[in-house]
Amino acid sequence: MPSANGTREITYVEAVREALTQAMQADERVFLIGEDIGVYGGAFGVSAGMHAQFGDQRVIDTPISEAAIVGACVGSALTGMRPVGEIQFMDFITLGMEQLVLQAAKVRFMFGGKASVPMVLRTPGGSGTGAAAQHSESLETWFTHVPGLKVVMPSSPYDAKGLLLAAIADENPVIFVEHKLLYKISGPVPEEPYTIPLGQPNIVRSGQHLTVVATSIMVQRAKQAAEELAKEGIELEIVDPRTLNPLDDTLMIQSVMKTGKALIVHESVKTSGYGAELAARIVESEAFDYLDAPVRRLAGLDIPIPYNRNLEYHAVPQVENIVAEARKLVRGEY
Amino acid sequence: MAKTKNSKTSPVAAASTLSDAQLHEMLYTMMVIRRFEEKALELYSLGKVHGTMHLSIGQEATAVGASAALTQQDYLLNTHRGHGHCLAWGSQADLMMAEFMGKETGYCRGRGGSMHIANVDANNLGANGIVAGGLPISVGVGLSIKSRNTEQVVMVVFGDGASNEGAFHESLNMASIWNLPVIFLCENNQYAMSMPVEKSMRVERISERAAAYGMYGVTVDGNDPQAVFAAVLRARQQAVAGHGPTLIECNTYRYMGHSKSDRQAYRTREEVKAWMDKDPIERLAGNLGLKESAKEALFKKAEAEIAEAVSFAEASPEPDPADIMEGVYA
Repeated sequence: MPSANGTREITYVEAVREALTQAMQADERVFLIGEDIGVYGGAFGVSAGMHAQFGDQRVIDTPISEAAIVGACVGSALTGMRPVGEIQFMDFITLGMEQLVLQAAKVRFMFGGKASVPMVLRTPGGSGTGAAAQHSESLETWFTHVPGLKVVMPSSPYDAKGLLLAAIADENPVIFVEHKLLYKISGPVPEEPYTIPLGQPNIVRSGQHLTVVATSIMVQRAKQAAEELAKEGIELEIVDPRTLNPLDDTLMIQSVMKTGKALIVHESVKTSGYGAELAARIVESEAFDYLDAPVRRLAGLDIPIPYNRNLEYHAVPQVENIVAEARKLVRGEY
Repeated sequence: MAKTKNSKTSPVAAASTLSDAQLHEMLYTMMVIRRFEEKALELYSLGKVHGTMHLSIGQEATAVGASAALTQQDYLLNTHRGHGHCLAWGSQADLMMAEFMGKETGYCRGRGGSMHIANVDANNLGANGIVAGGLPISVGVGLSIKSRNTEQVVMVVFGDGASNEGAFHESLNMASIWNLPVIFLCENNQYAMSMPVEKSMRVERISERAAAYGMYGVTVDGNDPQAVFAAVLRARQQAVAGHGPTLIECNTYRYMGHSKSDRQAYRTREEVKAWMDKDPIERLAGNLGLKESAKEALFKKAEAEIAEAVSFAEASPEPDPADIMEGVYA
């Protein structure tokens, strides 16, 4: 995989589009299907221009029918295609849940390993756009609870491209969660196609005082928090799982053994959230003996996302929350 | 065959009829299905088959007539009452029986059981425990066929209950707007578990719903394999010619309850008896002029085939728990 150093900078949304374009150029079995992804270019502009390039047989606009979109991915994947479906907002996956959870995830196992469902379902998740409770959900934890699904959440343009190309090449159903607020961020991304293997976490930043395990946009917020804390001499080590399930937790456990402390940060609600899984993995491992503070979680409040901007801001972890929580942990104030 | 009013007319002419040899073959397959399910029920009662059991006894003509109209290249998606579809599609009774007993030699290596049986190598993409679960998948298979530009079709079988699920409506609409080669085959056996079809919808026929999607819809006698065959053959020709999907409603009846726990308080003995008088096997045997002794001989042959399947299944090994994680991911 090429390094991100010394390459041009593009935005996250451009990185996703570039991955889709290159996958479609390389393999005629790959096609896109979803609501308003054609001439409109997608609600967030991900597929802008792709309909003109590939035509309406490969960039397929659908009626508002989430169950049928997911099912269309399942059926075409079962019979030799490599569909990439788009669910316009992550919240709307609720309408396609049966096809995703009871069909896509289970077909292979139920049929004794004799069928494969190589599909990707892309969807923008997360809050911060002022769109209130039904357009701001972070439901990724649900899918990590379903054996047979892979769940990927890229936190940078570089990861978005490499992970999406890997997801399309994968023989399993993959839920690919993009964050609405990340679409506009820029970063170095190589022009040529490359893949980041699914299930491979990333040490985003090295440090010796505290391990911060963060997902999606929380990785970016943790990086900002780390810069502030560095002024105080506190060095955070940031681990991004990138693939939430299946998860290789080795890097995270090694990091906690090094720093002796762990803070987990995610946007989805705290109760039974993904952070609980990460915390449990840490305390179940050999890292337990190295802990010199409790494992802490910073997560979304257990509420639907509110409409009011200020309330919305306070519903999920922000940079200052990470700074404050990390400082307390490092200073042993627990 | 009554064409539903308001439906788009079929541009393809009515299908050809079956030869006597083909009808004899159909009759035998129906007998194999009947004996297979009777045996499965017996094994269930003995505790050798577990979980739940949805029998299609009485519905054999639909499975056999529909399968006969399709080719080996076509795809099948079906339902939890799908033993008949699987056998009619050409699956082996021994590998099916092994699956029912949860054995490693079964079609799904004992991971799926009777409700999730598939024969992927034969383009049988599996039975579904969710009543409308196969319909959205059939849209994807149709899309895939269209993309690959082959002369295949996909037939998705579902019950009357599934036609009240949202997935039914999303799927018919999508398949229709894109002219996909999908045959939506509804087995109307008059009850969704205990819910009678006349109480669950205000239209007389499920096939009328096709009109809402600009699709050809037709209701046929599901106990007449020839009628089912003709309707499916025409739907296939229509699909291959690029005229899109068809909704076929096959009126039939299950003699047994919904599943093993069903006490059938929702229907009368007289009603069941009235349908038994229209038994598809007896009817076809009669139409073919089969003597009682010849019919019995055929049933005996089917029984022997099923007995062998049971022996194979009983002698087959159990799956090894060491392999339990296999197949979750590719």
